[in-house]
Amino acid sequence: MKADIRVALVGNPNTGKSTLFNALTGLNQKIGNFPGVTVDKKTGFCQLADGRNAQIIDLPGTYSLYPKSQDESIVFSILADKANPLSPDLVVVILDATNLKRNLLLYTQVADLKIPVIIALNMMDLAKKSGINIDIDLFAKKLGVPVVPISARKTEGIDKLKAAINFANKIALQEESIDVETIAPQLIGQISNEFKLDNPYYALQLAHQHETIKFISPAESERIEELEKEFSFHSQKAQASETIARYNFINDLLYDTVKVPETAQDETLSNKIDKILTHKVFGFIIFFAVLLFMFQSIFAWSAYPMELIADFFVWVQSNLHQLLPAGPLTGLLVDGVIGGLSGVMVFIPQIAILFAFISILEDTGYMSRVTFMMDKLMRKVGLNGKSVVPLIGGFACAVPSIMSTRTIENWKDRMITIMVTPLVTCSARLPIYTLLIALVVPNHNVWWLFNLQGLALTGMYVFSLISAIVCAFAFKLILKGRERGYFIMELPVYRMPRWNNVAYSMYERSKAFVFQAGKVIIAISVILWVLASYGPGDRFTRIEQKYKQPQYTQHLKPDELTKAINSEKLENSYAGVLGHVIEPVIRPLGFDWKIGIALITSFAAREVFVGTMATIYSVEGSAEKMETVQKKMKSAVDPQTGKPVFSLAVAFSLMMFYAFAMQCASTVAVVYRETKNWKWPAIQFAYMTVLAYAASFIAYTVLK
Amino acid sequence: MTLSELKQGAIGIVKEFTDLEMSVKLMEMGCLPGEAVTVSRIAPLGDPIAINVSGYQLSLRKFEASTIILQ
Repeated sequence: MKADIRVALVGNPNTGKSTLFNALTGLNQKIGNFPGVTVDKKTGFCQLADGRNAQIIDLPGTYSLYPKSQDESIVFSILADKANPLSPDLVVVILDATNLKRNLLLYTQVADLKIPVIIALNMMDLAKKSGINIDIDLFAKKLGVPVVPISARKTEGIDKLKAAINFANKIALQEESIDVETIAPQLIGQISNEFKLDNPYYALQLAHQHETIKFISPAESERIEELEKEFSFHSQKAQASETIARYNFINDLLYDTVKVPETAQDETLSNKIDKILTHKVFGFIIFFAVLLFMFQSIFAWSAYPMELIADFFVWVQSNLHQLLPAGPLTGLLVDGVIGGLSGVMVFIPQIAILFAFISILEDTGYMSRVTFMMDKLMRKVGLNGKSVVPLIGGFACAVPSIMSTRTIENWKDRMITIMVTPLVTCSARLPIYTLLIALVVPNHNVWWLFNLQGLALTGMYVFSLISAIVCAFAFKLILKGRERGYFIMELPVYRMPRWNNVAYSMYERSKAFVFQAGKVIIAISVILWVLASYGPGDRFTRIEQKYKQPQYTQHLKPDELTKAINSEKLENSYAGVLGHVIEPVIRPLGFDWKIGIALITSFAAREVFVGTMATIYSVEGSAEKMETVQKKMKSAVDPQTGKPVFSLAVAFSLMMFYAFAMQCASTVAVVYRETKNWKWPAIQFAYMTVLAYAASFIAYTVLK
Repeated sequence: MTLSELKQGAIGIVKEFTDLEMSVKLMEMGCLPGEAVTVSRIAPLGDPIAINVSGYQLSLRKFEASTIILQ
């Protein structure tokens, strides 16, 4: 769609900016990345009364133009860089009417960049309720900009805002807020002169941010640095005096235009809730109850849709096999590509449900309280209060959890969280653990009440949390922090979740997952398919010829024959050869070449293990027929020693391997996407594999 | 006296800051000299704390609060 006018939405976090964006654009929106950075770019279209199309750009929520995170640094870049394709013609600054003072700081900064501005005064209903009286006409007159009172949540005033956008001026008419030039008169003058700028505040921001912004050249940045030295400019001191000057202006403005009742009534309800939710005892009990409910729901609610998706793909695959002529191309498409695709798609229900919960917890304001309660505990191991959410989500799936680390502003804390989240026992490990535990752990009860198998499984979950915490602590010592960690965070007033936003979040996150991680998963699946379906030289033709001989065709039933052929083909495929090649390496862990193949194939996804085992032990069907796989595995005997392959030692060694090894292509892909650097997934892969090998070796040696 | 020493429920007025970098961030969040602050609650494990300032609730670590000097 062609944009006739570009409008940027700017505002503090928790002001209802996303709600306004959704109200303006509806489903007519898309998520992408701002070029070069991993910041979600949300854009959408909105038709104005005169037929023009307004492109709405939702910029990340920020408290000021001085960025504290990568997300926030985008705001200044988009607003200031005229060459940026998203450079707006108009900025809508959204202000929380119940908290105008702090909200106005950002407004005055944006206004001083001299871009045409409209103010959307949100939460007017709540402001009226708590007795805040705003003289909107006087407010608008003093600032010199149109002010539209709205309630985004109730979609009130949206039409008036659209009309204001329609009639907006092409030139900035807002009043001056502060005298910017007095902050650093010579420096601002010199920069404006040399860079031919007509806006002193833009010049001042360049002086502050020249090292991080991407739209000026290194030479220009160096020149600014020289000028700063020449005029002995101190960035933080200048920022401090600017902030004080702005708040003086804001206080004067609010004194004339806003009447706040002596006792704030809105606080009390939120306070009462806080007394319970952040209580010394109840606070933690409620938190764990919420977690338990979340887990249960992620498992319980996703089971049925996941089954449907899996069944659907099986149906598509079997139909395509019938429709298309048999051959390598069909095999690649149906088993490689579609097989890989189904591996991605089955995770959608879990991702959607997890993000529904996260979005509800964030929307209501509860997430900030969890962060508040857990910060001290998490800080001890190098994490941050905000790491709780991804770690917990890791029990379901590391992929959405790693995406949710974006809320952690501190670079080091975020990296550590990303690095250790895949250690937490995700749902893909569950079938492997259940299978192996059932193989070697007796189904007895100890102390009347605890089932031994259940205890072993619980043990694996607890073990994963402990290992994540220990690794986090190790990373805390190794990684060097780029910036000082701090925890200055707004605790927003409790609000009801906005179901629209929850739905959008579920939709957007699932879509992003499918498109971004999906590409990598499909590629790896194709490679694995090729490796497992072809063998070196003429080995495959020889196998086929061998089984055409009468001693096989007469004594075996047709389906038994197919199984025998498939099984021998697998052993002689590239994957099988690879299994034999790595056998010496994994021997000390108690694994044979067959397990070796499973280790290789389950690099794409852990749950492939059960399927591969099923194929190797030539059992018909798939992971669903666990009993058969289990029986076959139980009766499997080492040809050299004559002892069972899956002893207690081997089973626990395997579980240790799966507990630590980074065998998930989706996680590798998402870590790359979130860090935009292959270094991080590489380090993560390496350290987890080393740990897996060591833990496996120890388990096997001790239990042997 | 610093903000980290303020008792729960007590009111103080911000006078100055001991840490420039922290002060810049705190002032942006509306915690400025002359502003009244109340300690509204303390996290269950004793740190961080939540304060009421400029009409909303802000949470910060005790260390950060110790850089704020009260009148």
